[in-house]
Amino acid sequence: MTIACTFGYSKPQTVEEALRLLARRVGGGIMPLAGGTDLVAWLRDGAVSPGHLVDLKGLKELRGIRLVKGGLWLGASTTFSEIAESPLVRRHAPILTEAAGMVASVGIRNRATVAGNICSAVPCCDSGPVLLVYDAQLHLATRQGPRTMPVTRWFKGPRATALPKGAILVGILIPTGRHAGAFAKLKRYRGEDLAQASVAVRVDSRGNWQVAYGSVAPTPLRGPKVEKLLKGRKLPEADLIEQAVKIGDTEIAPITDIRGSEVYRRMMVGVMLRRTIQLAARRLAGEGPDYGINILEEEAS
Amino acid sequence: MKEITLHLNGEVRRIAVAPHETLLEVLRERLGITTPKSGCGRGDCGACTVLLEGKAVRSCLILAIETDGQRVTTLEGIGEDGPTALQQEFVKRNAFQCGFCASGIVLAASALLKENPQPNEGEIREALAGNLCRCTGYEPIVAAVRAVARRNAGKKRVAKRARS
Repeated sequence: MTIACTFGYSKPQTVEEALRLLARRVGGGIMPLAGGTDLVAWLRDGAVSPGHLVDLKGLKELRGIRLVKGGLWLGASTTFSEIAESPLVRRHAPILTEAAGMVASVGIRNRATVAGNICSAVPCCDSGPVLLVYDAQLHLATRQGPRTMPVTRWFKGPRATALPKGAILVGILIPTGRHAGAFAKLKRYRGEDLAQASVAVRVDSRGNWQVAYGSVAPTPLRGPKVEKLLKGRKLPEADLIEQAVKIGDTEIAPITDIRGSEVYRRMMVGVMLRRTIQLAARRLAGEGPDYGINILEEEAS
Repeated sequence: MKEITLHLNGEVRRIAVAPHETLLEVLRERLGITTPKSGCGRGDCGACTVLLEGKAVRSCLILAIETDGQRVTTLEGIGEDGPTALQQEFVKRNAFQCGFCASGIVLAASALLKENPQPNEGEIREALAGNLCRCTGYEPIVAAVRAVARRNAGKKRVAKRARS
């Protein structure tokens, strides 16, 4: 149960210092450390063996949730518990509230960060589909200066992202505006589990839809065909939703693994797509349950 | 090695740690604090739960060096005046059998009750969803937490009557 590799450790107090540390050449490489709930497990498994860790938890610039010009700002060290409990997030990005409450368990959520979740970039990460439907902007610090990148360009493969070498994800900007949505996550049992499949949908007051899937491809991905089909329909009728379910099945590429078969995942993505579209439409109309429910356990109506 | 300071169960403890040592290892093998258990080693089972700055966390997924200067509470550190009300309910209801999961569950439930003194059954189950028990089952565990929640509700009513 011990970590076999040895490494150095620094906890810088400023972003400049962190970037300097990350730019150093160290045998085995340098990795940033946030909540550590993925990284420490990977260190123990031997999946990674860096020569040095740079702990980002000392950086004040990475803290806090606030409204700024252009949207809702989530500092990169914001934990899932902070997101789940934040009235600001519930008001301006409620689909994230719904997803945050379903991530792993309280003991993990108290430590794991949403930024770390997308930096780990495992295909089943719960934040991926939600940030994708929000068209979130990722704010990076690099040695050449600040940069932004849309989250739609972030995921490059399992555990691979577009984060430039030596750069830091400083925060996530979620555009605000009237909308509704829903998040569904399929798990093998109640309580904590990684997603077997997940679906996030968002609809704005003009009937523009955003749809994204998790755990059914090498990365979380958007569903542009379903979005196009639903465009302009604030209250899609049953036939249209069934068409969306059929088209949704062509947008995903799930595999069979220890957490579920391809067939089961495809079938359940259809169920989740149907229910999340219905729920988002109801919420947009001012009906439907508060955010934070598990639509796979509630009665869908 | 780097010397870190832990505010451990109300005492200041200084210890030199290597960056790759987890908080769980340092507590158990270096500081003699053995109630956090080494279970799955990957954050799934909750047996290693400790309170870090009052929040339930997985000590197997935290490097000891990350906790320099922070407040760490283990089962040894709760109930200065003997077993807490929650622990007494656990004993009364036989809410554990082998006991391996109990310290993590008592800590996770204690953190819940502190933040939310009257959790409902759903909230209790959600707070304990990451703490696995392989012997007794969860019913007596949830019942023990519910009993404390009910008692807290009673206390609140008494306090309200006293005020009015």
